[in-house]
Formats: sequence, C-alpha cells, structure tokens
Amino acid sequence: MSARTRRFEQACVSAGSALVIVYALAPVAWIVSLSLKPAADLGDGRLLPARATLDQYRAVFADPGFAAALVNSLGVASLATALSVALAAAAAYALVRLTFPGRQLLLSAALAVAMFPPVAIIGPLFDLWRVVGLYDTWPGLVLPYMTFTLPLAIWTLTAFFRQIPWELEKAARVDGATRLQAFYRVIVPLAAPGMFAAAVLVFIFAWNDFLFALSLTSTDAARTVPAVIAFFTGSSQFERPAGAIAAASVVVTAPIVVLVAVFEKRIVAGLTAGAVKG
Amino acid sequence: MSAAARDTRLAWLLCAPAVAAMLLVTAYPIAYAVWLSLFRYDLRFPEQRAFVGLANYASVLGSEVWWQAVVNTLIVTVASVSLELVLGFAFALLMHRALFGRRVLRTALLVPYGIVTVVAALAWRLAFDPTTGFVNRLLELDGDWLAERGTAFAVIVFAEVWKTTPFMALLLLAGFTLVPPELSSAARVDGATRVQTFFRVTLPLMRPAVVVALLFRTLDAFRVFDTVFVLTGGAQDTASVSIVAYRALITRLNLGLGSAVAVIVFACVVGIAALVGALFGVPYAAAGARRR
Repeated sequence: MSARTRRFEQACVSAGSALVIVYALAPVAWIVSLSLKPAADLGDGRLLPARATLDQYRAVFADPGFAAALVNSLGVASLATALSVALAAAAAYALVRLTFPGRQLLLSAALAVAMFPPVAIIGPLFDLWRVVGLYDTWPGLVLPYMTFTLPLAIWTLTAFFRQIPWELEKAARVDGATRLQAFYRVIVPLAAPGMFAAAVLVFIFAWNDFLFALSLTSTDAARTVPAVIAFFTGSSQFERPAGAIAAASVVVTAPIVVLVAVFEKRIVAGLTAGAVKG
Repeated sequence: MSAAARDTRLAWLLCAPAVAAMLLVTAYPIAYAVWLSLFRYDLRFPEQRAFVGLANYASVLGSEVWWQAVVNTLIVTVASVSLELVLGFAFALLMHRALFGRRVLRTALLVPYGIVTVVAALAWRLAFDPTTGFVNRLLELDGDWLAERGTAFAVIVFAEVWKTTPFMALLLLAGFTLVPPELSSAARVDGATRVQTFFRVTLPLMRPAVVVALLFRTLDAFRVFDTVFVLTGGAQDTASVSIVAYRALITRLNLGLGSAVAVIVFACVVGIAALVGALFGVPYAAAGARRR
C-alpha cells in the first residue's frame, strides 16, 4: 500500500470516527439542550438553546415523585448489584476452580435465563407478589433484577476468574490459611477488578429496567425513575412536559455517562468476555 | 470424604444460591403462568374464576390483535437486527482501524449502550415531535412521524438501532480478534481484493462471534417493549407482542388470557433460539454474549 493511500485511509477512518461520535452523543446533546431552554422556547425547534436556564432542573428536583423515584432507583439498583455479584462470584468460583457434576447444568440454566422473555413472568410475579406482600416494595424489584443479571455476572466473573494466578491460593493454603481465608485474603483482592466490571454491568441493567418497574410497583414506595419519567406531565396541564422530561432524562443519564467514561475498558472487557472464547 | 466428593459438595453449596434464585424467579413463575393460562381468571371479577382448558389459547390465536402484534414484532426485529448488523460491522471496522482516539470512540459508543432505554426513546420522541423537535426542521418536513403507522415504525426501528448497534459493534470487534492478522495479509498477498478478503477470510473466522451477537440481538428485539411503549404506546397498530401481553396482564388484569399470551411469547423465544441453533449451529453451552 502506498503512503498516499494509507494517508487517505486514515483520513477516512478519522472522519468516520468523528461521525460515530456524533451518532452516539447527538441524542444526549439534544436532551441537554432541551433541558436548558426556558419554557417559552421549547417549541423553537432549535438544536442549541437561544437562552439557557436551570428552571427545569429546579422544577424536577422540587417534584416529590421524582425525588422518591431517584432514591428508589439508586437503592434497588445498588441492592440488586450487590446480591447478583455476590451470588455470581460464588458460582463463578465453583465453575473455574472445581470439577463437579452439574457444571453444564448451571451454564445451561444461565443461558436459559439470559434468553428468557421477562414479559412472560410479569403476570405470575404480579399475582404472587401481591399475595406475599412484595408488590410495590424494593425487594419485589431487587429479586427479578438480581436474577436476570445473574447470567451476565456469572459469565463476566468466570472469564475474569480464569485469568487469576490461582497458585497464590495454593501457596496461602500451604502457609496454613484455610480455604475461606485464602479466598478472602488472596483471591478477592485479585478478583476485585472483575467483580467491579460485573457490578457496573449489573447496575446499568437494573438502572435501565422499565417493564418490571411498571408492572410490579404503583406508588412512590418503589417506583423507579424510568417508570416515573415515562408518565411525566407538565406541572400544569397547559405546560409542555418536554422541558421536565428532558431535565429528568439528563439527571438519570449523567451517572451512566460518568460510569462508562471512567470504566470504559472494564465494561468492554466484561461485555465481550465469553463472547469470543466461548 | 474423598477430595472429589468434597469438591462436589462445595461446588453445589456455592452454586445453590444462584440456581435457587434463577429457578424461583423464572422457572416457577413460568410454570405458574402455564397453570394460570388454563383458567378464566380476571382480577376484576375474581369470583368468576374457572378452569377453561385451552380456551384462552384459542382466543389468543384466533384474535387479530395477536397476529397483528406478531407481524409488528417481526417487522421491528428483522428491520432493526439487519440494520444493526451492517452498521455494527462498519463501527467495528472503524474501531479496529482507528489509530487515534480509540478510547474516546469506545466510550462514546458505550453511551447508547448504557443509557436508559426509556430515556433514549423519550429523547427521540421529543426530537421527532412536530412542535418541540428538530428533525422536521432539519429535513424541512412537516408531519407527525408518530401519527402514522409507516413513519412510526421507522422511528421505532431507528431508536432501537441507535441504542443497540454499539453492543453489536463491540461484540463484532471482539470477533475480529479471532482472526489472525497474518491470514488476511496472506490473502492480500495472494491477490485477493479487500472485499474478497473480508468475505472469504475474516467473516468465516468471525462466524461464532457473529452468530452469538445475532442470536442475542434477535431475542432482544423480539422482546421489544420500552421503545414501543414510549414512542407510540402501541397506537397506530404498532403494538409488539410484549405490549399485548402487558396490556392483558397489567392494564386489564386479565391473568388467564394474559398468561396464555405470555406462554406463547415464551414458546416463540424458545422456537427462535432453537431455529438459530439449527441454522447456524450455535455452541449453546459456550455462548456467552448477553442482553443490553
């Protein structure tokens, strides 16, 4: 390849990359712009606001429904993440370190859950949760989120655990540590980056869910942000809700943008773990 | 106890909580859904509960609403997955080739992956809105995209593709690492064009990654709910099968009929997975990609 075609190719790649970045960030820029427009300018159709104000954010945070939803989202997603990663870590440890009959069963179960359509069980869960008192509660959402993220967490952790130098565990046991001590003192610190990647992926899933939140909650007690935001109306019926929707959207998107910016490498590694090696 | 027996016992102890959770929250409810689907059971008229056999399935499979929803869901699935595959390959190649700014590129692409689906759909709804939006102004059109079936589908597919192409691209990018660079260089030396090299060398070697990505995206697209709910709410004949199931179960509280819909959706998902497996020979036990 001549130097000229190579330069031309790199120019194309750079232009393409710029386009992809615009593609990925345009809707985010759009809701930020919309959220900054004063109510009177919402219909101006401009990409960038002519005047900027934080009124919409003040209004959104003053809304008790939204504040409660934020707390619910944070609480439910964090609990689900902690539980899912803990359960998955135990299972992944067994998958990587032990040979036992039934390993294939566990992997198949995980695969089945990964393909499972959540809509198929919202009816039974709705019915059961009302009977056992889990309807419209945090645990009522934490349980399905934890379960549906287990496959993701198990695969990610299994892939990460495979790369851990397990001889260190043996060395610790030779030095007199019990299996549990060796695990917590030696292996857990080594496994932390993988656990973290799994946690970020699980959190994103739980933060994102709409169907369970919509079906299994009804009040401020457990409604999460996606279920609240989809039904936003203006503070008065004459006001366009666009500004409030945009401001609330920016608020729930900000943590995700921070997470992906900080943990970009680990998220990609976690997402593609297992997809390649099989 | 032998070491092997101890290992087995420990392994089962460690796996038990995860297995129990998966059984409790998926297997048990789906069995319960099958049971419920055999009854006339409407929560608004609980006293009329009665065993009706397969009557609920007959009403679902005999209803126009259901078949319309199947067609709608297939439209969205086929359109979005094929567009994503093409666009995903383009993005993956770009990331593969980019010398500078790879990190920025990957971070930017993770934003659509990570963003809440409802939020993305709302952003597009506002963008395509005739009064608030910028799309009509940009394209010098006036018309309400979401008020007509054809254009509403276009917006739904567009929103789905925007959100999920990055995931596809990342999986495909990982697939590129399956291809040893020497092989494509060798093909080029032997006189193959770039296009030939891609289709004859790169693509076949990437096949496992492509099949896994396709399988999971197809199943995901078939379950489409959030985007349709936010953009049209199922109006203009755009309801997906998940929307129909949700309406019957939660909106109308008809657990019997709704469960029949749910069980049929479940059967469809099993069918799609089996079909993809039969067509492409997915190494199921090894498949390791996942949903958004």
